[in-house]
Amino acid sequence: MDEFEPKIVAFVCNWCTYAGADLTGTSRIKYAPNVRIIRFPCTGRIDFMFILKAFARGADGIIVSGCHPNDCHYTSGNFHARRRWIVFRSLLDFLGIDVRRITFSWVSAAEGAKWADLVNQTTAEIRKLGPYTSYHKISKPEEEVIYG
Amino acid sequence: MARIGVFICHCGENIGETVDCTKLAEVTSRFPGVVKSVDYKYMCSEPGQTLIKEAIKENRLTGVVVAACSPRMHESTFRKTCSEAGLNPFLCEIANLREHCSWVHEKSEEATNKAIDIVRALVEKVKLNEPLYPIKVPVTKTALVIGGGVAGIQAALDIANGGHKVILVEKNPSIGGHMSQLSETFPTLDCSQCILTPRMVELAQHPNITLYSYAELESLDGFIGNFKVKIRKKAKSIDENLCTGCGLCTTKCPVKKIPNEFDENLSYRKAIYVPFPQAVPNKPVIDRENCTYYLKGKCKICERFCPTQAIRFDQQDEIIEVEAGAIVLATGFDIKRADFFPEYGFGKYKDVIDGLQFERIASASGPTLGEIRRLSDGKIPKKVVFIACAGSRDPAKGIEYCSKICCMYTAKHAILYKHKIHDGQAYVFYMDIRAGGKNYDEFTRRAIEEEGAKYIRGRVSRIYERDGKLIVVGADTLMNARPVVIEADMVVLATAGVASPGSEELAQKLHVAYDQYKFFTEAHPKLRPVETNTAGIFLAGACQSIKDIPESVSQASGAAAKVCGLFSQNELTRDPLIAVVNRTAPPLYSTCVGCFLCQSVCPYQAIEKEEIKAKDGSVIKIIAKINPGLCQGCGSCVALCRTKSIDLLGYTNRQIYAEVDAILNTL
Repeated sequence: MDEFEPKIVAFVCNWCTYAGADLTGTSRIKYAPNVRIIRFPCTGRIDFMFILKAFARGADGIIVSGCHPNDCHYTSGNFHARRRWIVFRSLLDFLGIDVRRITFSWVSAAEGAKWADLVNQTTAEIRKLGPYTSYHKISKPEEEVIYG
Repeated sequence: MARIGVFICHCGENIGETVDCTKLAEVTSRFPGVVKSVDYKYMCSEPGQTLIKEAIKENRLTGVVVAACSPRMHESTFRKTCSEAGLNPFLCEIANLREHCSWVHEKSEEATNKAIDIVRALVEKVKLNEPLYPIKVPVTKTALVIGGGVAGIQAALDIANGGHKVILVEKNPSIGGHMSQLSETFPTLDCSQCILTPRMVELAQHPNITLYSYAELESLDGFIGNFKVKIRKKAKSIDENLCTGCGLCTTKCPVKKIPNEFDENLSYRKAIYVPFPQAVPNKPVIDRENCTYYLKGKCKICERFCPTQAIRFDQQDEIIEVEAGAIVLATGFDIKRADFFPEYGFGKYKDVIDGLQFERIASASGPTLGEIRRLSDGKIPKKVVFIACAGSRDPAKGIEYCSKICCMYTAKHAILYKHKIHDGQAYVFYMDIRAGGKNYDEFTRRAIEEEGAKYIRGRVSRIYERDGKLIVVGADTLMNARPVVIEADMVVLATAGVASPGSEELAQKLHVAYDQYKFFTEAHPKLRPVETNTAGIFLAGACQSIKDIPESVSQASGAAAKVCGLFSQNELTRDPLIAVVNRTAPPLYSTCVGCFLCQSVCPYQAIEKEEIKAKDGSVIKIIAKINPGLCQGCGSCVALCRTKSIDLLGYTNRQIYAEVDAILNTL
């Protein structure tokens, strides 16, 4: 059997991490092809329902990344994202969701290499954790059990 | 039904080498809704753009995905292409195949698969895109300058000479700021007032400038191009139209012993006073905290003597409302004073003074008329110790930064002292000499080599008094930290420069960022040094960080250039990617329940309250409303909204769910 290739979705802000990932490209730094990027104006825009949706649709891991604290293009969006993440993480943990599958990071527009490292590390990490079948199973509509 | 066109760029070999573009075009052509899928060597080239335009027309496309380089590179190019073909530019999305795929992966099936996913996500997104139109806001071509020091004066004059109206607000009775207090200026030693006061007069007489002295900013609303400003004009207790500035009132006022702020409390003024002889405007104000009439209810001597009956004891503060398109902040700095230096006896010994007090003593218009004398007994000081870095660069004092101007003005003080007292000896304790500037190092060298000031590298641990002398105890770190004791007649502390009092409150009123020391923060330390993060508000001078005169003036001119650039447009155009609150049919009107949690996260104060009224005018519901002029489109409110009543145009919830769905569909 082939090695498990995790599916990872990255939610990134336009001003720092998206630009940082662009820099990874212009620097021709190679990284694992497992990540798909969704561009947001700001990490403050990221509704954590998007993360649950991504898990429900089959993602094995999620990356959320934006500007470093104090560098937000909109002054404070990344702080709101961070605060929301802290609360959300404990909630997910309480609900039994594997919070190791969500990586929260800061990657600036100048940190092309950091983006590559982040993707590689997360991919390796999620590969170790294996496919997130437990969540996928409960979220698949065709497997819904109808009582009565 | 959506009719989407996908245009895949090879970018020469940049994409084509790694990603199988032919296969990509073939696969994408089978996506639902895609009616045209084509690959081309250079999509951004003239023929490439023509290809897109023709396809839009031929296939009556309702959306376009260009799979090419980063949207940060060519999004505007391709959106312009679409708009030239009659398609709303916001119906065009860019799939980033180059920076996010072909350049970071080896040629492989995975790379092509990733490219397919990226394109699929944007095809699904663009299906939900809606035509958007740029927001146009008119520009009020009046600038508000806050602070009438040298930076504010320069900015006001530059903008006014550029042909625009300027309103200058100064909190003190006169403009001029700290520069008007200085005796001479480094490194040329020209007389400070001689170069400044003509500018002050020019400002007061300029037809484009309205000056409100003794006034402060009360509140600010609005946004770039359309600020609404309330200015509190404090009661001067005189009728400025009647007052001729003859000054008879100030000579007759019986309250004489009020410390004169302009002379750094080294002389006295009256309760009705003009701060200094060259003040602009040169008309007195009554200091109500010290005026006998306001304290005891009788006196009115000034009123009796005023030849034009200009005294108005019952005058009230006046709130003036003005509109402005841009704001220049030039509120300057202050210095640390007395109680901050107990170890130096500052505030305890009369002959330990700060740099601004020395300026006043050395100034020809100062309390000693320019003669350098001890404050305690009026004797000529034969030994003067200058201490640089008093408070600055001192983490123990909580001020870690370098106050920047002290090295230079201390050298200037040493030179001025030597010029006035030829047989005197100046000592300077310093940490480092920071004389980076045109002719600055030459100037400090002159102080040492030509004027004989003795520079001692080391810090002073304490100062105490003995037999009328100030004993300065320090160390010379260039002589193996050998203790140095100097019996001085006078000690001058180059105290740390700090943000002007009230900076924090002002920053909060203006929604401008400020740092831990309350200095206003520029939008970018290198590339946007005169702008703030709030569009339309600019910085000039020492309110941003301590600066000397040439730097303050340069920054003021820079800010003025920014303002004039802004005013060169009649309308500002902004991307319409902003948040909107949904509206539904009655009786719901909107799913917004009016909790206004969104207000707490909005960094731009863009969220307002909107009343939904019945025909009879009664309020049915209060919901949030986004001010399109203020909203910058960060989307923090959207993520926070509990009822999902706010959405961000261009990044709607539906669009993002569609992207998530599409990405994970086959991955």
